Amino acid sequence: MTVDVGLREPPQVSGGEGEHGHLDELRVDPIGLMRRTRDECGDVGQFRLADRDVVLLTGAEANELFFRAPEEQLDQAEAYPFMTPIFGEGVVFDAPPERRREMLHNQALRDKFMRGHAATIADEVEGMVKTWSASEGGTIDLLDWFAELTIYTSSACLIGRKFRHELDRRFAELYHDLEQGTDAIAYVDPYADIESFRRRDQARLGLVDLVQGIMDRRSAGPPATDDDRDLLDVLMSIREEDGTPKFSTDIVTGMFISMMFAGHHTTSGTAAWTLIELLRHPRELEAVRAELDELYAHGEEVSYQALRAMPRLESAIKEALRLHPPLILVLRVVKEELEVEGFRVAPGKLVGASPAVSNRIAEDFPDPDAFVPERYLEPRAEDRANPWTWIPFGAGRHRCVGAPFAMMQLKAIFSVLLRHWDFELAQPSDTYRNDHSKMVVQLAQPCVARFRSRAVGS
Amino acid sequence: MRIVVDRDLCQGHGVCESEAEGVFTVSKNAVVVLDETPPETLRAQVEAAVKFCPTHALRIEED
Repeated sequence: MTVDVGLREPPQVSGGEGEHGHLDELRVDPIGLMRRTRDECGDVGQFRLADRDVVLLTGAEANELFFRAPEEQLDQAEAYPFMTPIFGEGVVFDAPPERRREMLHNQALRDKFMRGHAATIADEVEGMVKTWSASEGGTIDLLDWFAELTIYTSSACLIGRKFRHELDRRFAELYHDLEQGTDAIAYVDPYADIESFRRRDQARLGLVDLVQGIMDRRSAGPPATDDDRDLLDVLMSIREEDGTPKFSTDIVTGMFISMMFAGHHTTSGTAAWTLIELLRHPRELEAVRAELDELYAHGEEVSYQALRAMPRLESAIKEALRLHPPLILVLRVVKEELEVEGFRVAPGKLVGASPAVSNRIAEDFPDPDAFVPERYLEPRAEDRANPWTWIPFGAGRHRCVGAPFAMMQLKAIFSVLLRHWDFELAQPSDTYRNDHSKMVVQLAQPCVARFRSRAVGS
Repeated sequence: MRIVVDRDLCQGHGVCESEAEGVFTVSKNAVVVLDETPPETLRAQVEAAVKFCPTHALRIEED
């Protein structure tokens, strides 16, 4: 390989004079920082995160390079230091693509399981709305409500319905504390003595306690039958040669936390934002409802087949994902030098792609800040037309393997909610916003909506 | 028509197998195209497989 003397170092964005570079800004206004990086530097620009340069790539050409790069060149595992205290030591955050492909086969995400999952999810939503008063209506906090629902759906689908029915709200509350323990200060010290990290560590211990209690009750009860054996039974049954359990409660809890992590706050937030945007755009809501009413006119089950074609609802979800991507910045560590649009990205640097910025590039998405679900309908199909800038699920070899499951789940959730309930924003529309103070982006509270039984004939 | 797979993108979800049985199958790690140049009678199924592939890893090249 020849040394190319023509390559330049990426330009640096303004600001970042503090001790930790742009870290403080990243913790307050990350999207503002990343937009400014693109505005000032173009497709390839750099900001500083503690002692590391982060080269931010935006736009189709740079993104394609980022998402096609092999693991040997751009490594994921080291890029997220804030995840290790959450999953625990020894639980891999992000397996290499080969391993992920195997996971798809061994685990519950394959196409042929989706129909069963759709039925499970519909049951969980029904279970949650069972307590709602049809005559009087009421209010829900969108963050708390969808976060609890998606704890139940993801545990039921990924671990097993038996395990799910051994959980209650406490699991969701502790899980929320884990997600809140993702302050970017972790790039300086993942174990810094700050409140959110202390709560994170207590929450993890609390989850281990809950799982221990479940395991104790199972050990004391009758052995699992073939019909009701779930992943926890399987893990508990694996023994070392001397008969001791192979997996400690800490490791089992870490496995469950990590299995549920990618699909939890992401799906929960997208469900909330889809509802918020539909309530902000009543004509879109009516189009989605008309589609659902027609699909379910003859009482079909919320099964995968019925979930296949819902262009209006799918478009609304895609547009919520484009405007409010649950992950605003995905990162890798450069292992082998990268050349991007004439710039040299040296080993050791972090390199990032930003769904929050790329999803709103005006050349690819006309009227980029507006909620326009029609952009996904034929012939525009702007998601398929821009596979390297419509990137709420990432792209390429690292694309979210749970994306089809997530879309199916969201369609199942709204199949139940929108057919039987009316919703209304309970706050001024512009007060619904994301909290960007943590790497895991969540709705800022309060984020309240009102519900009541759907008016007959509406 | 000729089916082209982008191996960087395929994650082995198996949607193509459901859409066009006999043309695609999913082995241990990724899709296997059983018939790279399927007959026109299967065009609708193959086009559905291309359209619904969750990673957009498939495309059709016309002869």
